[in-house]
Amino acid sequence: METILVLTHADESGSALSKASMEAVTAGKELAARLSATLTIGIVAADAAAVARSLASAGARLFAVSGEAYAQARYASDVVAAEALCRAARATIVLAPGTSRFTRVAAGVAHRLGGFIDTHITALGGKETVEATRWFYRQRVEAVISRDVRPWFLLLDAGTHAAFAGTSQPVQIEQVAVELPALRTTVSGFRAPQQGQQTIRPDAKMLLVAGAGWTKKQPDGQVHVTEAGELILGFLRATGASLGSSKSLVDQGGEGESVLPFLTHLNQIGQTGSTPRHQKGLSTCCHGEEPHVVGWRFIGERRAISLDPNCGWTRGKADVVYVADAFPVMAKVNELLEAKKA
Amino acid sequence: MTNILHIVVCAGIVPDPLQTLEPVTTPAGPGLKNEMVLPAVLDPWAACALYEAASLAARNPGSKLWLVSLGPKAKLQQVMMTVAQKVAFELVPIDGPIGGFPDAHSTAAVLAETIAALPGLDRAKLLLFGGWESATRGAGVTLQLVGERLGISDQFQGVDEISLRDDGSFEVLERVEGGKHQVSVCTGAPAVLGWATGNMSEPRNNPQIGMNNMRTIMPALQKAKAAKLEANGLSYISVSLPKQQRETRVVKDMTPDQIAAELVEWIGAE
Repeated sequence: METILVLTHADESGSALSKASMEAVTAGKELAARLSATLTIGIVAADAAAVARSLASAGARLFAVSGEAYAQARYASDVVAAEALCRAARATIVLAPGTSRFTRVAAGVAHRLGGFIDTHITALGGKETVEATRWFYRQRVEAVISRDVRPWFLLLDAGTHAAFAGTSQPVQIEQVAVELPALRTTVSGFRAPQQGQQTIRPDAKMLLVAGAGWTKKQPDGQVHVTEAGELILGFLRATGASLGSSKSLVDQGGEGESVLPFLTHLNQIGQTGSTPRHQKGLSTCCHGEEPHVVGWRFIGERRAISLDPNCGWTRGKADVVYVADAFPVMAKVNELLEAKKA
Repeated sequence: MTNILHIVVCAGIVPDPLQTLEPVTTPAGPGLKNEMVLPAVLDPWAACALYEAASLAARNPGSKLWLVSLGPKAKLQQVMMTVAQKVAFELVPIDGPIGGFPDAHSTAAVLAETIAALPGLDRAKLLLFGGWESATRGAGVTLQLVGERLGISDQFQGVDEISLRDDGSFEVLERVEGGKHQVSVCTGAPAVLGWATGNMSEPRNNPQIGMNNMRTIMPALQKAKAAKLEANGLSYISVSLPKQQRETRVVKDMTPDQIAAELVEWIGAE
């Protein structure tokens, strides 16, 4: 019989488990029920007792590694913590959220336990076995895989399961002792992009994708970068949307061309960027494969504004393509959104 | 004061992103149709790592830079004709399978064994670079596994910047959720850094660098050791292209105001 361990960690505040961790708990409960397996949950946090309250009704045995060293995400400390939890639970299958914290260490933990790992899992299926779905070639090819070796680590992509929501109450946890190695790395904090305004909002319902067309010459023969920036930021303010960008637009900064000052490589979606999950996506002035195929894979409803009626990348990828100049359209959209708010 | 670094960059080769990919079943497992004739490029994030490594090595005289790459010799040679013109490095090729379907653990074992055997490598000065994910398997685990096998417990993923200090310590920026960077300071090598895009543009082709590199690349390719990758219990139940093809409505006859009104209605309440 399989023993399933769900690894979780505290969020940035330290007072609750991360949302992605709670999604992994849901996945663990579903898998345990289907396989009639034992479910355990491991917690890595400075104060595990505080964050464990939300797992009171999860119906799982809870293990925890606690202490100030685990307030921060760091390979050397997290890898020994997760290893200790896996050993305590004697897990054969380990589910963990694909957060930056666990993505950094999970393969190392699997190696230390003589196990194997697969990441970016988007679905767990199978009747008596575990079949995991993941993408290859940057969301171009989909595969269902299985492994007959244990322990098997599966890192789940965020947004693929509903977050576990149970009643919060005191709960018994079993603390697992860990001997920390000498730590050579100190985490000093977080830094937002220097451009100031935060335009990346993973929890937003909508993604706005800005393409290189925003900085190209307009019908009057001039570039209107400042106006483009105002339109884009205005839309973000009015909708709370997250901003993605094509590679070509971000790269323009390094090529001496006019750039939108608030864009960084962190905004980039596609082959060398992210593949975000949002309910809706609106692409503007994009004419390449990257945003429409790779970057949009996990966007629910998709619309595009493009001057090219024959853009092959939007056909079959977007639900609606408006053949139009994005400048006047977005100006009017912002005006209507502001009026709606007022 | 400069620090002498031994930087090893792990970088695979991937199909050119503009190519259409079609999965097929081969005797060795899943693969891509016409995989060996698809134009290939150096893995994009790993290429960022290579350029950052070259910049770091140039700023620290006496440093060495190796590029370890696993792939079919013929494809490696093709890709190196371009990559060799970008920055100076010593190629360490491993003749092995191409593509994203082989197991990452096996790949990591071969890479670690090769790196451990590099002549002249001082592990106390080692910075192990690579892309934080490949454009093929995209698992983001290979570099981490290589680091574990080499006994390196300071690892960073999604790196966009490293600032080396005079005492050998360095500050590193790693991508975390919400469009932010986590800032850490490590006391120094050895360390693993899986790079995201970094901050450097792709260097322009320099034929002089290319000629210098090719003098060592061609002999290295001829001597490349063959590697066989184990499956480690990994099996593929299905491999397919995404089926979802949307019925796209192309709107050509609406004014900007009409489009805006339709969009606002669609956006609804955020």
